[in-house]
Amino acid sequence: MLVVQDQEPDPMLPRRYRVRSTWAELAGVTSVELTPVDGAAVAFRPGQFNMLYAFGVGEIAISISGDPAEPQRLIHTTRSVGAVSAALTKLCEGDMLGVRGPFGSAWPVAAETGRHIVFVAGGLGLAPLRPAIYHVLEHRERYAGMTLVYGARSPDELLYAEEIKTWKSRFDTEIEVTVDHANPAWTGRVGVVTSCLDRALAGIDPAMVSAFLCGPEIMMRFSVMSLADAGVPPDRVWISMERNMKCAIGFCGHCQFGPDFVCRDGPVFRHDHVAPLLSMKEI
Amino acid sequence: MSADAGSRFVIDDPSALVSALLDDGWRVLGPRLRDDAIVYDEITGPGDLPRGLIDDQEGGHYRLRAGREASWFDYVVGPQSWKKWLFPARQKLWSAEKTGDGFDINPAADDWPKTVFFGVRACEIAAIEVQDRVFDNGDFADPGYRQRRAATLIVAVQCARSAATCFCASMNTGPHADSGFDIALTELADEAAFLVECGSARGAAILDRLEMRVPEEGHLRAAEAASKNAADSQTRRMVDDIPNLLREKLDHPHWEVVADACLSCANCTLVCPTCFCSDVEDVNDLTGDHTERWRTWDSCFTADFSYVHGGSVRRSTKSRYRQWLTHKLSTWHDQFGSSGCVGCGRCIAWCPVGIDITAEAAAFATDPEQSGD
Repeated sequence: MLVVQDQEPDPMLPRRYRVRSTWAELAGVTSVELTPVDGAAVAFRPGQFNMLYAFGVGEIAISISGDPAEPQRLIHTTRSVGAVSAALTKLCEGDMLGVRGPFGSAWPVAAETGRHIVFVAGGLGLAPLRPAIYHVLEHRERYAGMTLVYGARSPDELLYAEEIKTWKSRFDTEIEVTVDHANPAWTGRVGVVTSCLDRALAGIDPAMVSAFLCGPEIMMRFSVMSLADAGVPPDRVWISMERNMKCAIGFCGHCQFGPDFVCRDGPVFRHDHVAPLLSMKEI
Repeated sequence: MSADAGSRFVIDDPSALVSALLDDGWRVLGPRLRDDAIVYDEITGPGDLPRGLIDDQEGGHYRLRAGREASWFDYVVGPQSWKKWLFPARQKLWSAEKTGDGFDINPAADDWPKTVFFGVRACEIAAIEVQDRVFDNGDFADPGYRQRRAATLIVAVQCARSAATCFCASMNTGPHADSGFDIALTELADEAAFLVECGSARGAAILDRLEMRVPEEGHLRAAEAASKNAADSQTRRMVDDIPNLLREKLDHPHWEVVADACLSCANCTLVCPTCFCSDVEDVNDLTGDHTERWRTWDSCFTADFSYVHGGSVRRSTKSRYRQWLTHKLSTWHDQFGSSGCVGCGRCIAWCPVGIDITAEAAAFATDPEQSGD
């Protein structure tokens, strides 16, 4: 039985977790599974993130990429780009790290029951979507349909490639995978996510679509245009945003996007809520 | 004579009050003269309070000079605010020690004795109340801030004059504080006396130790006149409806104009009594076995502030000034239900190039032809 822990008295104080296992996903991208040292596992909602702390290095925001139905298996997927993320990708089984969270808003998987869920992911943007994908797959009968459109730069950059194959092998999902640049072994689609998305939307009643997007902002911008052109209602599109975060609790101010704190009001936003500012530079 | 919230008295000067607080074991923080400016630091006796000083303030200008001889509180706000005590510029959050199989995390001790803020102006009470909402936002609370706040007594001083940079009247935050204090003092220059207002039971417990007189009609009239004088002498004001106005002006060409002058130096955010942005840094010793997490003030005017992998979101001075001004005057309402500006004027006086927040706000209100919408 899962015990939901009360909010720590000091939300800036990490809880200690231990690495149960770690595995390479791609070059420079690693997943870790964590288990709590202090207290019980904490429930999370798909799309939420944790602040992960590497001892003596620092703390960064990383989305939770595991199954929300199995919060005792806390999984994060990290690409090594800076000092902290590099440390997180070098963790070994048994290592300790600090965790604060979960924080932020979630993909509205429960509220969108009965609809055709279209996931649109670019690159590592698949990681924050995977908990929602798990939820929809586990409760597939509650949804009218499920489509995943996923794009990466190259076949070597496709995250969770083996798992995508198992999703694809089900008869109740539509999975479209594309790469910007193919290699000789690649037999799949080549092109940007949006071209793939247009094809995927062709056979779906747009009024039934609820779309969840995560990836580079430019990918999300053009995907939103494709969804709108196809007739998907603007209030049925959600995106996950990334900004600098130091506290994750609305205190440090770094992640502000207009009136919103991406850490508290996001990272998942209904697109029409943030659309006016998304079209402006340097907000 | 027994005090309770709302009761008013007269005393000769604040000396006895300062002494009573110190005798009662309070740490008294109040105005001190340092580096030719009024700063907020520890008071060891009534003699520490600066006397006979008045401040001249303008865009990019702050000077203290001799004023009425022996006056107590003719100066208004200086470069520091009470923020530096409730929300320290550099604060240890926790430390961690390496162990055989990981690390231990130890919360930092928050040593905050019972403390009096002595000489808090109306705009500063408003600013403290703004930060109360920031650090207890409904979802999360900063336990250290709340503990410091709860253990702090506020002795307000009602301003009898305004500096040229003050515009609290147009922000509805002053110059007279109606609430938010435990004790409030109004200096009655012509009567050589102080009107004392009791704001709380905590304040009453202190005042009960003092020799006080019942105020006469003249005292009350003089106190009212002092507040009115402070309000009437304000030459700057914030334009009306600025929260909605700025929401529509994100593309306005005036942002370029102000960015040409702005040095992106962050002075305005550091002197602002409500700016709350912070960074964290991890400090290790040479062994690598001991590490500490520190929280430090940060500013939306720095390049690092908006850094995400790939670069900073706000690269231009224009975008940083726009973030600061729209947050302070507009989106703050969405986030915390009030303006982030209390009209203290510090950002005007301490801007090295004298950028005036009231003038910049007004520039967006006038000449709609220039709108970039």
